[in-house]
Formats: sequence, C-alpha cells, structure tokens
Amino acid sequence: MSVAVAIEQVHKRFGALNALDGIDLHIGEGELFGLLGPNGAGKSTLISVMAGLCRADSGRVTVMGLDVVKQAAASRRNLGVVPQELLFDPFFKVREVLQIQAGYFGVDRQNRAWIEELLESLGLSDKADQNMRSLSGGMKRRVLIAQALVHKPKVLVLDEPTAGVDVDLRKSLWEFVKRLHADGTTVLLTTHYLEEAEALCERIGIMNHGKLVALDSCAGLMQRYSHYQAKLQLRGAGDELPEPVAAALVRREGETVWLQVAHDDDQLARILTALHQQQIQVLAVETQEQSLEDLFLELTQAAAP
Amino acid sequence: MNLRGTWTLFCKEVKRFMVVAMQTLLAPVITALLYLVIFSHVMANRVTMYDDLSYSSFLVPGLIMMSIIQNAFGNTSSSLVFSKVTGSIVFVLLGPLTHLEFFVAFVAAAMFRALLVGLAIFVAADLYIGVTVAQPLYMVLFGFLGAATLATVGFIAGIWADKFDHAATFQNFVIMPLSFLSGVFYSIHSLPGLWQSVSKFNPLFYMIDGFRYGFFGQSDVAPQLGVGIMCGALAILGILALMMLRSGYKLRT
Repeated sequence: MSVAVAIEQVHKRFGALNALDGIDLHIGEGELFGLLGPNGAGKSTLISVMAGLCRADSGRVTVMGLDVVKQAAASRRNLGVVPQELLFDPFFKVREVLQIQAGYFGVDRQNRAWIEELLESLGLSDKADQNMRSLSGGMKRRVLIAQALVHKPKVLVLDEPTAGVDVDLRKSLWEFVKRLHADGTTVLLTTHYLEEAEALCERIGIMNHGKLVALDSCAGLMQRYSHYQAKLQLRGAGDELPEPVAAALVRREGETVWLQVAHDDDQLARILTALHQQQIQVLAVETQEQSLEDLFLELTQAAAP
Repeated sequence: MNLRGTWTLFCKEVKRFMVVAMQTLLAPVITALLYLVIFSHVMANRVTMYDDLSYSSFLVPGLIMMSIIQNAFGNTSSSLVFSKVTGSIVFVLLGPLTHLEFFVAFVAAAMFRALLVGLAIFVAADLYIGVTVAQPLYMVLFGFLGAATLATVGFIAGIWADKFDHAATFQNFVIMPLSFLSGVFYSIHSLPGLWQSVSKFNPLFYMIDGFRYGFFGQSDVAPQLGVGIMCGALAILGILALMMLRSGYKLRT
C-alpha cells in the first residue's frame, strides 16, 4: 500500500505547551484511519499542520507525496478537511457555498453534477437554495462535509464530525464515509466515540500530550497493549500468594483473587503453574476482556510530562 | 496560476458586499451627495478655487476620492476581520490559492466596490452641477491607484485586527482624519505655510490632489510627483501585505 499521508517527526509548541511532540505517522492510500485522544491531546493541531493552517516548528508532512509547506497549493488539492467547529459564511446559500469552494480549486464549471450528487447524498437537496444561517447544526455539519469533498480530494480528514450530532445523522454520516472509503478515498477521522472508531477504522492511533502513544489495528492494539482480567477461585491459599500471582493481583477477597493478565505472553500459565507447585487448588477461572475504552483510558491517563 | 480560484474569490467578495448593497454602496453615495448639496449651498458665491472655479465643482473630485479611499479600506478590512472572527476564512485558507492570488482577489474586489461608489457619485454630481474632466487619463489613474492603495492598507489592517473594534479604530482614528485633512474641502494653498508643509506628509493628499488634477488640469503639486509617490506607497504596502501572508501572521498559527 502506498503512503497517502506521511507525518515525520513533527513538533509544535504553543508557548509552554508542547502540542505535538515528535509525531511519526504514515497513513496508507485508501486506508480508513482513526485518531483518538482526549481533549488537548494534539489531534486538531496535527490536522491543522496537515492542512497548512498551522506551521510545524520542525518535521515534515506530505499528502500524496506533496510537502504541505513547500508544495502547499498542490498538496491542498489532494486534501479535504472537515473542521471541528460549525463554521459557515452567512452571506451565502448552500449551493453557492459549494460552488465557491469548488471554484477555489478551479473546478466549479465542470463540477456542477458532482455538487448536485453531494447535495443528494448528504440529504441537502431541499436545502440547496437556503441561506446557511437558516440551517440546523446537523445540516451545517453536512454542508461542511460537502465542502471538503467538492474538489474530490484523495484524502479526507474529518475532525470530530459527529460531535453534537443526533443518532440518525451520525449513522447516515458513517454510511457516507464508508461509501467514500469503498470508492478508494483515504479517510482520517478523529472522534470521541470509541465504538465508532472500533467499528469503522482499519487502524487506530491514540494521542496523548502531543505524542502518539499507540498505533495499530484495533485488534492489534487490544492484543499488544491490553490486559484481560482473570478471577480465580482458590482453595488452600495462605496469606502470602506465590510471586507470579502477587505481581498480577488487583484485588483479593478471601480466597477469590482478581488478576490483571497480559495478552502477549504466558503469564496465566505461569500463574497456574506457581499455584499448582504450592499445592493451591484452582476451583474456577473466569476471564473478562478489556474494552477499547478501558485501553484508551489506560493509555491517556498518564500525566503531562 | 489558479485564475479560476482567484476569480472565484473576487466574485465571492463582490457578492458579499452586494448582498448588503444598501450599507456598502448606497449609504456612502448618499453621504457624499449630502456633503455636496450642503457645502455647495452654504459656500455658493462665497469662495472660488483656482481663480475661477466654483467651490461646488472643486468639491466633487475630493468627495469622490474620499469615498473611494474609505470604501476601499472598509471592504478589505471588514471582510477579513469578519471572516477571521466567524472562522470562515478557513475555507479560503484550505484552498490552493497562492499568497498573491489571495491578495489580488481581495484587493480587486475592494477596488471594484470603491470605484462603483466613486462612479455613482460622479454621475450624480454631473447631473446635479455638471462635471468637466480635463485629464481623463489622470482621473482614472489616480482613481485606480487610490483604490488599490487603500484596499491594500485595509488588507493589512484586516489581517492585523483581531476584532471589529481594531479595524474600526484604524478607520476612525487613522483613515478618516487623514482623508478629511487631505484637502477634500480646501486647497492646501489656502493654509498657512507650516500646515502646507505638514499636509505634504499626508499620503492621502497626493491621491486627492492628483485626482483633482484629472478634473481641472490644476493641482497643488505636480501630478507626476503624486503618481510616483502613490506607486511607491502601493509597492511598499503590497510587499508588506504579501510578507504578512507568507509568514502566516494572524492567519496561520
């Protein structure tokens, strides 16, 4: 898979705040990538750097092989950005807004059919001749998505597109994103809805305090970083538990212990062996998988450096 | 060169002020005509300028140029501040326009508004008192240079301003006094010697004086000097505006 977005050692400071601290990230062509992180993690700053709205202090970003600083105009032709805020120009109607945005990219005349298709696909046809001021928040969000797509970019960035959007609209937006992805558009989305990222994205990056703290497929992340919880019902356990058990212990109530066990080694086998060697019987074992949300909280609860 | 993109931004800016034409076109025309009507009545038969020129006739080019100056400045500055405050500037910044294209489109739209206002005042004044044009080339040249220069000043002020109050401060405390003190209502030869010299440090004086030369073939300073000063000022201001865009000053963090 060739690279659609390459982010290499990007640093950005705002005064004392280290907004981006050496981000390295490659997103493949046609990939649907999810960027997660708490508020202030640096997601929107990273998107702004990609879009040329913010200048990195150091490092390099390319979109479809084009440097976003040195080849700014060319790289922007390949990029569509849906900003997080509900921005709009109150002087214009919906169709005008789309025609103007297409015009900036030099594609307004030959693009009329695509504009109508976008209006139709996003359920905006009956609003096309209404002023932007008269639209609801959800409708304004749809217009923002249409604006980002009006020049048929190869890479679409959606910065929390479903924030404050009702359930129906959220579902229809995700269906639309899936269609774009199926048509070959590379999609980078940030969201606070982890279940959406889990359901939609092929890979997920988690940012915290300006760093990329995890990067993998959803299953890979769970496998690599997460733990599962094991509840063991024991018989014959004294006050002192064998070392492998004590090391994994989360909680103990009498002869019932709750352990945090890693996915990626034979930790549970070592625990059971140690119990067996000390002649402690294991009467029952229950395991419970960690959710992406648990993992997200675990990775993002570290204090700022 | 993204000509289509530049044209689109120009048209968008024109449409923006056309949507509020009462405020952006009609109001300045009415204001200028009120000045003309009132002053021409008050001063009629009391003052003649350049030996045998009626005061009303003398006033027309100054009022036209003052309106050009104020509207050219007002269009770029208010549009940029509005776009920044509402955040809608991001749609232009996300597009593939170069700094020069961005600058040209904004300035050209402001010039278009200012020259429309100027033309409307010209026509109305011609119907009211009759207007003669001795040097049409100079009239057009100074009209365009004045509009371009003040549109560029407005562009710089619009980028610099963080809120409407900043732009209004610039308009009310810099542009407005300089335009009133630039010889709209008088010839600097009617001022004491010191104030004649001081007036020559006011860049707007050369715009109005040169524009007046286009109408009467007479001016306080040589029109060639005015053209030189205005071209120089426009070049310096244009370079400053492009440097601001290049650095991302207050537009790209």
